[in-house]
Amino acid sequence: MTPRARTAVFFAGAAGIAVLLLLALPGMPSFGLGAHPYGARAVRAGTDQDTPNIIASVNFDQRALDTVGEELILFAAALGAVVLLRAVRDERLRAGGDLRHGPADVFDALRLTGALLLPVTLVVGAYVVANGYSSPGGGFQGGVVLASALHLVYLAGDYPALKRLRPIPPFEVAESSAAALFVVSALAAGALTATERGARTVPWLNAVVGVEVACGFVIVLARFFEQALEIRPRRKEAR
Amino acid sequence: MADALVVAALLLTAGAATGVVLTRDPGRQAIVLSGYGLALGVLFVVLQAPDVAMSQIGVGTVVLPLLVVLALRAARTAGKAARKRAAAREEDGA
Repeated sequence: MTPRARTAVFFAGAAGIAVLLLLALPGMPSFGLGAHPYGARAVRAGTDQDTPNIIASVNFDQRALDTVGEELILFAAALGAVVLLRAVRDERLRAGGDLRHGPADVFDALRLTGALLLPVTLVVGAYVVANGYSSPGGGFQGGVVLASALHLVYLAGDYPALKRLRPIPPFEVAESSAAALFVVSALAAGALTATERGARTVPWLNAVVGVEVACGFVIVLARFFEQALEIRPRRKEAR
Repeated sequence: MADALVVAALLLTAGAATGVVLTRDPGRQAIVLSGYGLALGVLFVVLQAPDVAMSQIGVGTVVLPLLVVLALRAARTAGKAARKRAAAREEDGA
């Protein structure tokens, strides 16, 4: 397609979307309006259950199917990274890559900052997972914090230490078992009454999601690290 | 007052997004993208969605730029090796 034709196609599509948006705009509820028909119903359905956090109730009960889907998206992403990002035919794996001899040469202040922030960030991540049932946060948010905490070690210049800190096989096992446990727990929750769900089941679901998300992100990032730092094209054999 | 805050956060987000688009070097773009992720997180907090803001800051500010930077480095190493092979082949042909 010539650039000219491509531009014409783009403007035709953009004009169509603009017309649809302008038609939809008058039907929108006004910005920042206190009550919203969906919000009112969701909150009422949430308060019928024993939960201090309506968001958690919406996530794990009213939109449980969405949440399972999101968990499986991350699981699929990790699986895809494991399958696609590996050493192929004309590549070789150099364990540790350029950094295999030890930590990179960085400022001591940076090294110290990383060492101090690692435990603090791990605690924050565990806090966000554990308190997700009653305050902002939850399994996904806490899991991301936990995963990024481990990578502070790399940001502080010590890739070998990061590799020792996260042996991949246990993380893969933990990720897939947590994903399976989450689906099983979500299905099993249907057998509970409304008052049994909520405050008692949400912390458990958050913990499972936290493990799944943290391990999923660690695995995806590990594969990208391997590609960037360890995999090199194989040298041509002597001809 | 609250409206002023929302307007300021929206402008900050729009400004940061424009910054991402106008940055041409992909490596720098990843860093600007990280700043944009933070601005978007602030907007979510101002709009009273702290849960979404936490996810946004974790994924958009930390993980996504890191993935982009790592992918760039892998692509550069592969590109360098391919150029070297092409140069060697040319020499053989000459």
